[in-house]
Amino acid sequence: MPEIKVTPLGAGQDVGRSCILVSIGGKNIMLDCGMHMGYNDDRRFPDFSYITQNGRLTEFLDCVIISHFHLDHCGALPFMSEMVGYDGPIYMTHPTKAICPILLEDFRKITVDKKGETNFFTSQMIKDCMKKVVPLNLHQTVQVDDELEIKAYYAGHVLGAAMVQIKVGSESVVYTGDYNMTPDRHLGAAWIDKCRPDILISESTYATTIRDSKRCRERDFLKKVHESIERGGKVLIPVFALGRAQELCILLETFWERMNLKAPIYFSTGLTEKANHYYKLFITWTNQKIRKTFVQRNMFEFKHIKAFDRSYADNPGPMVVFATPGMLHAGQSLQIFKKWAGNEKNMVIMPGYCVQGTIGHKILNGQRKLEMEGRSTLDVKLQVEYMSFSAHADAKGIMQLIRMAEPRNMLLVHGEAVKMEFLKGKIEQEFSIDCHMPANGETATVTTNPSVPVDISLNLLKREMALGGPLPDPKKPRTMHGTLIMKENSLKLVSSEQALKELGLNEHQLRFTCRVQLQDPHSDPDTLNRIYTHLKSVLKGYTIQHLPDGTVMVESIVIKVSSSAEDTSTKVLLLSWSYQVKHFYFYNVISSNTRAVKRLILIAINRQISIVNHD
Amino acid sequence: FPRSEEAPAKKLRLSKPSKSAALHIDLCKATNSTDALQYLLHFARKPVEVESVEGVVRILLEHYYKETDNSVRLKIASLLGLLSKTQGFSPDCIVDDAINTLNNEKSHQVLAQLLDTLLVIGTQLPESPTVRQRLIEMACKHLSDTYFGVRNKCLKLLGCLGMADTPLTKDNDGPGASLGLLRDIQSIISDFFGDQDPRVRTAAIKAMLQLHERRIKIHEIIYDQACRLLSDDYEQVRSAAVQMVWVLSQLYPESIVPIPSSNEEIRLVDDAFGKISHMVSDGSWMVRVQAAKTLGSMLQVSHHFLEQTLDKKLMSDLRRKRTAHERAKELFTSGEFSSGRKWADDAPKEKLDTNTVNLIASGACGAFVHGLEDEMFEVRIAAVEALSQLARSSASFAEKCLDFLVDMFNDEIEEVRLQSIHVLREISTHITLREDQLDTVLAVLEDSSRDIREALHELICYTNVSTKECIQLALLELLKNLNKYPTDRNSVWKCLKFLGSRHPTLVLPLVPELLSTHPYFDTPEPDMDDPAYIAVLVLVFNAAKSCPTMPALFSDHTFRHYAYLRDSLSHLVPPLRLPGNGLDLVDSRCGSGSVESAQLFLQQSLNRVSTIQNLEAPGAQDLLNFTIRDLQRLGELQTELAGAADFCATYLRCQLLLMKALQEKLWNMAVPLCLKQNVTATAAAQQILEETYKLEFLYSGLESRQVATIHHVRLQAKALQLILTARTRQGLDPLISSCEKFLQDIESFQRLFVAELPHLQDSFVDKLLELMPRLSSCKPVEMVKILLATLRLSGLLQLRLPEQIHRATATIIEPTGESDNPLRFTTGLVVALDIDATLEHVQDPQNTVKVQVLYPDGQSHVIHPKPSDFRKPGPDRHRLITQVYLSHTAWTEPSQIEVRLLLAYSSSSTSLSSSSASKLGWSDSIDSLPPPEAAVEGTIPFSKPVKVYIMPKPARR
Repeated sequence: MPEIKVTPLGAGQDVGRSCILVSIGGKNIMLDCGMHMGYNDDRRFPDFSYITQNGRLTEFLDCVIISHFHLDHCGALPFMSEMVGYDGPIYMTHPTKAICPILLEDFRKITVDKKGETNFFTSQMIKDCMKKVVPLNLHQTVQVDDELEIKAYYAGHVLGAAMVQIKVGSESVVYTGDYNMTPDRHLGAAWIDKCRPDILISESTYATTIRDSKRCRERDFLKKVHESIERGGKVLIPVFALGRAQELCILLETFWERMNLKAPIYFSTGLTEKANHYYKLFITWTNQKIRKTFVQRNMFEFKHIKAFDRSYADNPGPMVVFATPGMLHAGQSLQIFKKWAGNEKNMVIMPGYCVQGTIGHKILNGQRKLEMEGRSTLDVKLQVEYMSFSAHADAKGIMQLIRMAEPRNMLLVHGEAVKMEFLKGKIEQEFSIDCHMPANGETATVTTNPSVPVDISLNLLKREMALGGPLPDPKKPRTMHGTLIMKENSLKLVSSEQALKELGLNEHQLRFTCRVQLQDPHSDPDTLNRIYTHLKSVLKGYTIQHLPDGTVMVESIVIKVSSSAEDTSTKVLLLSWSYQVKHFYFYNVISSNTRAVKRLILIAINRQISIVNHD
Repeated sequence: FPRSEEAPAKKLRLSKPSKSAALHIDLCKATNSTDALQYLLHFARKPVEVESVEGVVRILLEHYYKETDNSVRLKIASLLGLLSKTQGFSPDCIVDDAINTLNNEKSHQVLAQLLDTLLVIGTQLPESPTVRQRLIEMACKHLSDTYFGVRNKCLKLLGCLGMADTPLTKDNDGPGASLGLLRDIQSIISDFFGDQDPRVRTAAIKAMLQLHERRIKIHEIIYDQACRLLSDDYEQVRSAAVQMVWVLSQLYPESIVPIPSSNEEIRLVDDAFGKISHMVSDGSWMVRVQAAKTLGSMLQVSHHFLEQTLDKKLMSDLRRKRTAHERAKELFTSGEFSSGRKWADDAPKEKLDTNTVNLIASGACGAFVHGLEDEMFEVRIAAVEALSQLARSSASFAEKCLDFLVDMFNDEIEEVRLQSIHVLREISTHITLREDQLDTVLAVLEDSSRDIREALHELICYTNVSTKECIQLALLELLKNLNKYPTDRNSVWKCLKFLGSRHPTLVLPLVPELLSTHPYFDTPEPDMDDPAYIAVLVLVFNAAKSCPTMPALFSDHTFRHYAYLRDSLSHLVPPLRLPGNGLDLVDSRCGSGSVESAQLFLQQSLNRVSTIQNLEAPGAQDLLNFTIRDLQRLGELQTELAGAADFCATYLRCQLLLMKALQEKLWNMAVPLCLKQNVTATAAAQQILEETYKLEFLYSGLESRQVATIHHVRLQAKALQLILTARTRQGLDPLISSCEKFLQDIESFQRLFVAELPHLQDSFVDKLLELMPRLSSCKPVEMVKILLATLRLSGLLQLRLPEQIHRATATIIEPTGESDNPLRFTTGLVVALDIDATLEHVQDPQNTVKVQVLYPDGQSHVIHPKPSDFRKPGPDRHRLITQVYLSHTAWTEPSQIEVRLLLAYSSSSTSLSSSSASKLGWSDSIDSLPPPEAAVEGTIPFSKPVKVYIMPKPARR
């Protein structure tokens, strides 16, 4: 039985450095190649030595697919391709290809220039790496080689995020990357057709959460910001430069517009400028509203949101500032936080997930005194709010995706083990399919039962259709007759005549014969004649021929008479019919007649015997 | 068949005899199939008359048998279908031929087309069961075709013609057989629910739905099959299946179906509801829209199912525990999943005992939550509408869906926001807003879109609140709104009026604070022109209406302000029973007359008038005069009856005018002596004509009876005009033509109101119609004489009042005409004037309402507002918010222009729309109809003119 093997090098029962190896139908594919935010040592990148100890990866991998531009999905890419060595194709969508190098470069700068690490990939390496990228369009089937094909589906989550279907023959795997089943202010919801893959590899960040209605969250968020502004306070929203930030910007921008608010909104970091540019460009990847209105006004051209300057933080009066990074662990968001933390009128809103050990994580857990570098402490007086704007599917969304795709097996990655366990139970219970959750380095194996395609000649098909009963009974299997020819890796079903012709064989006739002894004093031809006339009188409506060579043919059944050597009055009747006659009975109306004829002949002959005997 | 209107009638007649022959020649000439196809295509563009249809069909069939090319045969088949649709042609003569061709046809495409043709024939012959029977047999025979198109058409045919309960009397099988066939048809069709082609599956469901539409009861067994199709791979199948499941749930709501994998059972409608809810998270948005819409109409669903559609945390909720008690406890307290609202509360909790049953598929829960946050706004709107329908029928559901609707106020698409506000208004009778909900609702008052704000004001008018804090909050926000958007003044005041009158007891404790009175100290008198102060007063006075203790809290100036506001804003400030000045005048006026007595009075007045037999009867004029006066007064007093009273008064005024004009002694005088008299009579005739147009077009709710009466008056006026023309003009030629025209008028009257003629006995028209043969043959002079005599002798036609009659009214809110600052602009350029008006009881305002601008020099412009400028805030109410562009040459002084609204009418539009005429016109062949009478078009001013100061300045160079 063929097998599909899935081995996570990262993201197995863990969040971060997504990297999953899939072997399917003799092909090896790497899905995502990310880094881990929580580590600064070798654990930061996936362990590529799992694939090969030394030597390049090219010969072991058929292709690499990147689902979206977040660093935990693409951060290790230049390291893998340039430093470990991989020259094969790397697939990603157009927006990902555009934005990914910006983030990689930013990441490189922070690690090399700020932290002073050596032995890290260089700008040139990023460029070289990006040259190996083949862009993908949504729903476009790309042939990696003759057998392997991939297809991207919309995944929501961030601009350009895609789910990928990998297909070899009739076996297939779908990898979701990160996805979102509820649309937000700038992106639509993930969508997939009923592709029924053998394995669906899904993220499970929010395996145990069913989120409130999105609008509820948005309203809460806007209300909190609005109230704080009206009080004259300052609002800090730590975000990562791309993704959630744009959604929140649009949310605040439209709210400001609708409510005619005047307080300034600032956005820190120069990275955004570049990225917003791409958001403006890739309008087709956004949601219905933005797609429909961009002719009048591109929603990403913000009216109320301006670039932030460090000096603005000390300005009096209310303001809203988006600052990076999102977990308050470093950079501008941390600086602003330190400045504003002392005033209880101010507010910090954490719109997403925070990794353990970051300041974001600490303050969310209610810590009011923070230790800073240099042994100083910081009193946190401002209000701390958490608002989940992470664009990951929640438990219900995951279930919904499973329902949409109808996979035969499930495999969970990108989540915490305990939560996965819980969801696994739910999935197995609800859909009664197997669900796997391998840890990093563990291999999950799924045996598949691929269907083998066979070519059939149209003539044969039509002939068989004509023989079968009336339509419709598509669900019932139907037997048909033909010859299966295996030749040069292809299977063909042809009619037997054609098969004989192709194979250069002669047709052999198979005939059944039976002998009937009867007592008849007449000569052989007379007996035959008597049988002939008798049959003729009994079997009306059948063709009965008396052939000159001393045989009687009833349809295709041959009757011969011979007398035994010792006793001339004992005649031996030879009945002979072909193999087909018997066989055709099963499905052919004509052949059933033939069988009836045969029986009739036998009956007739038996009676004849009695007649003869009476004489 | 394309019956092109522009084809001149004469040409048709000429080509008639040669139609089939020409076709025959054309087809014979065709050397190859392409040519033949061209001829056929060309032929198809022209209409064919009823008489020649059969001939053409024969020719076509003849050619059909000879033709070898599929495309030509296909075209012929489609032509046969089109021809069978020709009105007046009965296609039973071609049934045999069509069936015959069907039997010999090999091409699948042509087969499909032929079946389509058969369907047309079948639908044209609804009365012939034998034809039906044969067609159905044909369809069944071809159902096993391998081509999907043929199967599709067969199913369609079965759906459209499948026998209902018409017994086959001719056949010896008897009615029992038809019953057998009925069952057969449904099972035959349902066999194809499992067809391999999705298009055929869709066609099968559609055919089944078609049967349902033809009132054949679908069997309950179909339900299971339809449910299976809900998970089909193809969206069109799923979409049709949703409809099918819905139909069955309406047919058998109370049937019991088992829950799979358990031994429990639920009602079918609940099961269907669950399944359709599930489809709200379907992959295709078309299906989602369909499902969301459908949910709204499933009103029989049980409560606990309904409520689950609002709770997303289905996985634990939807398991039904064995006892109902446990279940109730469980319903809204799910412990298993975190909401994502709080940090770190998503650690998995203990698993619930899973020894339970899935009540409805878990995906179905929270259907509305999903629908409301769908990506496509079409789905969201459908979900909001469905919510409103369900909420209207269930108060408890209304209560629960409140939060979700309020959330929708924050949607990104304005249409959705608006819709949800409207919906909330519709269900607001069921609900009382809590403070936090009110807070969210009121937050929208700051919205910059005027539509949204006004919809919200409308909503607040109907809202119930529970505490005095809520009132205070609402007032505060409304004042803030007033401050931010001063143009909302009227709307805000109106809103406060309702808020006050709805919650008098809640306003009472707030009064001292609101009016800033103090027990010991006099407070400064607030500014009477401050809109905010007026707003507060409106609230307080309306509350005081049903709270007699409140006026005791007022200070002196409040009473003065009351008197002022009662005069200036009487529609906002109710009459109050104030201490000291006894009963208010208004109070006594309104208290006595109820609607019933007024109605009675109206009827009595009309009855009294009807006693006038003859227009010349003595005292008749006085009676009319008094009645008109009474009616006018009644209209002022009783606003509910204003429309009816006005209508009657105007009608009677017409009669009075007519009477006066006829009663003049002038008719006996010699022509030259009565020139002056003539002038008044002419003016009267003209005025009557105008009034009749007003009567016809300004009032809504008229029935054909009243329209006939109005037309009758118009005919009388026209007769009067004709007589006057005869007397004044000397020439004979113009007289002849106007006589002819009058005769035409009579004819068209007769045509239009055939049904009404019995009610018009003894009337002018009745008599004229009797004399018709004579009139049409006699000379003009004689005719005029007859007319005069009949006119004077004919009685007053009694007016019957319809149930509801409303006068179209328009009020221009903006501009107010109060501004002293002229609008200045440069000559030759334009200035935009904002117009804001409310229209009541105007039908089709997009086409009829115009804005007229009258300049001091007599120039007038009529502007057609864009259709999008009209909004419909309520039934029979429209709002026109538009801009008109003004321009003029330079003036030296600022001067006033007048702006008013006009109601445009066209008599041709009514003659077509009135019931009898419309069908007649199209079924007759065009040339048999007389040319339509020249449409009288005109406008009626129906709003008070508003004066606006403008000042075009000469351009500076």
